[in-house]
Amino acid sequence: MYVVLFFIFAALCVAGALNLLLQRHPINSALSLIVVMVSLAVLYLLLGAEFLAAAQVIVYSGAIMVLFTFVIMLLNAGEEDRAKSTSRVASAAGFPGVVALVCLLSYVYLSEKVHLGTTALGDQLVSTSALARVLFRDLLLPFEVTSVLILIAILGAVALARKEQN
Amino acid sequence: MTVPIAYYLVLSAILFSIGVGAFLVKRNIITIFMSIELMLNAVNLAFVAFSHQRHEVSGQLFVFFVMVVAAAEAAVGLAIIIAIFRARNTLNVDQVDLMKL
Repeated sequence: MYVVLFFIFAALCVAGALNLLLQRHPINSALSLIVVMVSLAVLYLLLGAEFLAAAQVIVYSGAIMVLFTFVIMLLNAGEEDRAKSTSRVASAAGFPGVVALVCLLSYVYLSEKVHLGTTALGDQLVSTSALARVLFRDLLLPFEVTSVLILIAILGAVALARKEQN
Repeated sequence: MTVPIAYYLVLSAILFSIGVGAFLVKRNIITIFMSIELMLNAVNLAFVAFSHQRHEVSGQLFVFFVMVVAAAEAAVGLAIIIAIFRARNTLNVDQVDLMKL
């Protein structure tokens, strides 16, 4: 059951990411990114991170992707033209580099497979209260600093997106 | 029935690489921004997998902070994209090359 769920949602993740890469219209890319994020939320649940799964759905696929689709529709973004796209340096150095990266990382991870251990359904469930205990005791200062960060981000977004009046 | 943690890490590596590839290939500035989000998500998956392996809660809190910063970054980034679109009337990054050598 666990293995089946893992492979279904891992395949969904990779398919969504590849669809993001292959689609030309930004709205299709945004929708496939939502598929990736929701399947990642299920994978977080499989890893026992229930709070993060909920936060992933609410923050990422809820808030951030709504913002993305909103901007795409606001700017009326059309299909990108493939003809003169893709700079030569990117395809010459980028793709072999990307393939080398994924091969290297997969080799390292799979050779350390035994040491990394395995995971089963429900073998370790991190409750929200356990997270809160660490967050509000050990990491209280970073948590408060993020509130300042979000405040600055709100002001910056409003200031940047405002129409110039002159 | 168990799944090795290594599989999660390999999945995260694959997602990150697809994100890098999309970042290089795509010419639309919004799609480039979305591929950055994909890379952030891939790294988050690696964080959660390692947090599960080491029985550490702080790994998941790191993901929480990444989410918060990603939300702030998305708001500011999309505002910048709107400002660029107002100024240049295009979303193609090849036409926004004033600072290119």
